[in-house]
Amino acid sequence: MTTAAHANHFVPRRRAGVPRLETLAAWLLALIWIFPLLYAVWAAIHPSEFVASFELLAPLTVTNFIEAWNDAPFARYYLNTFLMVSGIVIGQFIVCTLAGFAFARFPVPGRDILFMLVLIQLFVFPEVLIVENYRIASGLGLIDSIAGIGLPYIASAFGIFLLRQTFKTIPRELEDAARIEGCSWMGVLLKVYVPLAKPTYLAYGLVSISHHWNNFLWPLVVTNSVETRPLTVGLAIFSAPETGVNWATISAATLLSIAPLLIAFLLFQRQFVQSFLRAGIR
Amino acid sequence: MQALTSHRHMQLYGALLLLPAAVLLATFAYLPTISTLINSLFLPGIRGEPPVFVGLENYQVLIQDATFWKVARNNLFYALGTIPTSIALALAMALFVNARLPGRGFVRMAYFTPTVLPMIAAANIWMFFYAPQIGLFNHLLDVVGINGPNWLGDPSVALFSVIMMTIWKEAGFFMIFYLAALQSIPPDLKEAADLEGTGRWSFFWRVTFPLLMPTTLFVMINALINAVRVVDHLFILTKGGPNNATNLLLYYVYENAFSFFDRPYAATITVIILLVLAIVATVKFTVLDRRIHYQ
Repeated sequence: MTTAAHANHFVPRRRAGVPRLETLAAWLLALIWIFPLLYAVWAAIHPSEFVASFELLAPLTVTNFIEAWNDAPFARYYLNTFLMVSGIVIGQFIVCTLAGFAFARFPVPGRDILFMLVLIQLFVFPEVLIVENYRIASGLGLIDSIAGIGLPYIASAFGIFLLRQTFKTIPRELEDAARIEGCSWMGVLLKVYVPLAKPTYLAYGLVSISHHWNNFLWPLVVTNSVETRPLTVGLAIFSAPETGVNWATISAATLLSIAPLLIAFLLFQRQFVQSFLRAGIR
Repeated sequence: MQALTSHRHMQLYGALLLLPAAVLLATFAYLPTISTLINSLFLPGIRGEPPVFVGLENYQVLIQDATFWKVARNNLFYALGTIPTSIALALAMALFVNARLPGRGFVRMAYFTPTVLPMIAAANIWMFFYAPQIGLFNHLLDVVGINGPNWLGDPSVALFSVIMMTIWKEAGFFMIFYLAALQSIPPDLKEAADLEGTGRWSFFWRVTFPLLMPTTLFVMINALINAVRVVDHLFILTKGGPNNATNLLLYYVYENAFSFFDRPYAATITVIILLVLAIVATVKFTVLDRRIHYQ
């Protein structure tokens, strides 16, 4: 901001802002982009006869939400999603912290080759291997369990990579000081490295939460009961055309399942955007 | 001597720290990759017999499978249809939002919001737009007297409809990378160009765009991976139909494995996907990593 203002001193009148045409284009694009969501809100809060007719004074209603809530076990889906996402994030934090620490600071033999092997997982995801992962999960008795949804994602190459990068930037002097004071390696990790990597944990945590809250294909394959299905799978089953549910109710159900993440995003927009950035630019 | 045992100790400690990740990665990434390759060389045994080794027979079947080629071609069109457009839009969005703009916060939020929605929810919403009779698109087209197409039911339009939704979902995500890159371009470049009277258009093409090249490559790699990895929306919108017009490779794997119960054939198609991903990975690690400066 300050640089733009600064530039204006030297070049008066130019660069004072976007020219009108571009402002118009920017706004038009923004309206197009937000429209689908606004439309879903419209359809969800009005009786179903207003799904395609926009009357400003159409009566408002919450029956669509009540209907959606009663027609499918959304409370259970919420619980499942919540358990799955928190389990995955906690698991990822632990496993990736340990591995990232090892890659950053320990002279493990063949470290670079091992790290390259880890990076392969950035391209070969559990979703791509659904056929074999299903077989492995069933061999381990993990089919139709929340652990089964989560386990393939715990050792995330992405998390290991991010934490290794962060740990590498932490000066060794801090570590040495703690060692001299008699800290064990675990103590060093927990008292020096983890606290200093807080922004990375926040960024990675937010990205991971959004990813797994929204994930669908593997949860679909590995679950087959109400007790384990996350929201995305529950929503897909609820809104399948065969069920003949009307659109107002589907809209309400859709909003119900995206609400927590969407509200969190709207409240903490800056953190979300920054997290995606921090996690993406590597 | 002391240093040596300490070094050994550190090695062992490090290996132990890696152990949980190693076990999990082996179980859910490396073993399945290898067994996918192996299974693609077998046929299921009849009536509980053990699987039979058939060499490359599955691959011969694959080459002769017209549906496979159709699906592969769809996936190529899907990638070509989504990637350049989302990148161009993402760049435009970033340029809009990076400049001073009334209501910039709202505009940025509007662009980015689709990113936080699950693909399933996005598909549900777009389903209303695309539905043949009461769908919003045809409803609006009807008002101006145009008889809209059957967006998801007409084989010649369906893939385009899927592509359109994907662009909407992805562009805002790519925007943030451009936005960050734009903010790291030193403002004196613009000042110098202004003093020399360089036009905005030529400034963009001769300064901004080349400086954004690493970002463009990075976004492109991500978009390519997504084009083979994300098929969630197909479950809602088209189920790969009509007549496989919108089927994509990973969805075809799913169908073969969990609808037709032909696991070896599903494994064979998975090998093709892995091959594509291997090419993308090679490009990333060789071309891209040499250009982008990592912190």
